[in-house]
Amino acid sequence: MPAPPAAPQPLQILTPSGDLAADSPLPLARIKDLYRSMVAARAYDKKCSAMQRQGRLATYAQFEGQEAAQIGAVAALEPRDWVVATYRDAAAMWFHGYPWLNLILGRTGDERGGHAPAGVNVLPPSITVGAHMIHAVGLGWASLVRGDDAVAMTFFGDGATSEGDFHEAMNFAGVFRTPTVFVCQNNGWAISMPRERQTASATIAQKADAYGMAGVLVDGNDLLAVYAAAHEAVIRARAGEGATLIEAVTYRMGPHTTTDDAGRYRDADHLAEWAARDPLERVRRHLEANGEWTAEWQHGIEIGEAETVEAAVEEAEALPAFDAGDIFDGMFVDLPVALRRQRRAAEDGAG
Amino acid sequence: MNLITAINQTLHEIFEAIPETSIFGEDVADPKGGVFKATVGLTDRFGSRSFNAPLAESLIVGVGIGKAAAGGRPIAEIQFADFIHPGFDQIVSEAARISYRSAGRWTCPLVIRVPFGGGIHGALYHSQSIEAFYTHVPGLKVVAPSTPADAKGLLWAAIRDPDPVMVLEPKRLYRLARGPWPEGEHVVPIGKAALRRLGDDVTIVTYGAMAHFAAEAADRLAAEGIAATVLDLRSLRPLDWPSIEAAVHRTGKVLVVHEDNGFVGFGAEIVAQIAEKAFDWLDAPLQRYTAPEVPNFPFAGGLERQVLPSTDGIVERARLLARY
Repeated sequence: MPAPPAAPQPLQILTPSGDLAADSPLPLARIKDLYRSMVAARAYDKKCSAMQRQGRLATYAQFEGQEAAQIGAVAALEPRDWVVATYRDAAAMWFHGYPWLNLILGRTGDERGGHAPAGVNVLPPSITVGAHMIHAVGLGWASLVRGDDAVAMTFFGDGATSEGDFHEAMNFAGVFRTPTVFVCQNNGWAISMPRERQTASATIAQKADAYGMAGVLVDGNDLLAVYAAAHEAVIRARAGEGATLIEAVTYRMGPHTTTDDAGRYRDADHLAEWAARDPLERVRRHLEANGEWTAEWQHGIEIGEAETVEAAVEEAEALPAFDAGDIFDGMFVDLPVALRRQRRAAEDGAG
Repeated sequence: MNLITAINQTLHEIFEAIPETSIFGEDVADPKGGVFKATVGLTDRFGSRSFNAPLAESLIVGVGIGKAAAGGRPIAEIQFADFIHPGFDQIVSEAARISYRSAGRWTCPLVIRVPFGGGIHGALYHSQSIEAFYTHVPGLKVVAPSTPADAKGLLWAAIRDPDPVMVLEPKRLYRLARGPWPEGEHVVPIGKAALRRLGDDVTIVTYGAMAHFAAEAADRLAAEGIAATVLDLRSLRPLDWPSIEAAVHRTGKVLVVHEDNGFVGFGAEIVAQIAEKAFDWLDAPLQRYTAPEVPNFPFAGGLERQVLPSTDGIVERARLLARY
């Protein structure tokens, strides 16, 4: 049997040592801002993990290691664009304007967390793997019908590419040339299932060929490569040239969620290998080499961003509880009569 | 006017009145205009607002959810109720939940039109009833018109509704049910049943194709001197409990009729609510008349007629109940 063809090398602009392998798509000042956002995202991720251990939130899905894939992609969007993501994409959602407060509420079990502020085009995160990709296609189709140029960017993992909804979404996007950017964060794992067992394709990016759209393989831990691919995809989408599938190759540094023990099914050697490709560290090295980084500045932004997250946690924990009556109010714009009675009964029970 | 023409004309009116509306599904575009011709003429008149989606039901529903979130008024057509199951997740966990999950930030004004039910010699994959699955879900509204006027009124109500509405169309009645078609924007409020016949001896609670046959049965019973009330629910969820309660008070005897299987069928909810809330008014055991516990429906014409609830069957059961 002939050996399968070797997978092509992912697009890389910033090497793990912080050197540019190609021209930077962004000026240094913007890279510095994005770095700070990645630091903020990591502060949130660590805070939520700590809160879970303290019993202040139930379950949390860490995204450590995927900050560049999320923030680099959303950095290519404008506020009028859409983000349709999953439970592991808090950094992407936040960077598009979804407040830390809402994300924390979402994790502490307060449904108000799903209520995006006005003007923030972020749908609540999907838990059923894959279903939300179709919504992004629908949003893109709405843009086509209205004749505006809003783009919908959807995030999902390598596991989601095995879902039928991935095929259905990609197929529609291909046929209708919707302005959709599919960002697959191939983090190597779907809970305990390695990427190799999800698909026999050499890459996920190559699946784009079958749908008649562009497919791009990028180093998902390279902020600049992810940004460059997303930027090009957004330009293509706005120009009416259709959707793009970006495969951002990254790694899930943590377990699936705080309920999972990844040590039971994967080799710790991989973690060390991927830690050396940390998405924040390579940007830090790049900034330092260009005179834009000092230990004092790093200390300052870490304190500042952690305080911002802390303030959001305090605000979330100070809110009056989401009560039994509120559960009913979210379901319909106008609550049917029979449910009004049930609402009163639930409130009385709770009171 | 018959039921299918009423639906087609109403869709034209809605498209004319509301520019944000669109319809999509399998084979809905002209020149085909849908396998039942419900959408014929819409592409010719309104262009790409009526279009053929790829053959994928999860997609058809899910694309509608996205379009609705962006401010559209999408209508998804599922070609046959039997084919809706691949879209179950999108309907149950997405369309019915978006508003709840976003604490009301994003609504889902999506209309899902679904031809359902048997009696057209369609066999296992063109005859199913699906209401028990979807009426079970908080966040969804489910209606089932049985007359041309109600098809119009409920379609208008559904398109004006800010939440997802599934419109179950009894396809056996598409050409069989005839009646007036009110001009202009005629809205039948969701959650209101219709009294098709009024009588003191027995109440028949039903919907969809069986509402048509229950009215026929009531006329035959009347000739025998038995006065039957026929309540056509029209809205399965939300349910018009006050109308059911009034009918129970009037007759004290209730026969619930639907063509879906009985076990955990929609009728079980009706009899449970009556037993819970109006037991004191009952003069006879609650009765259900449904298809037996076999897949709906056999291809063999004789067998289909044998297991599908019928006018004869309704007459027979209502007569026994009236004499109880």
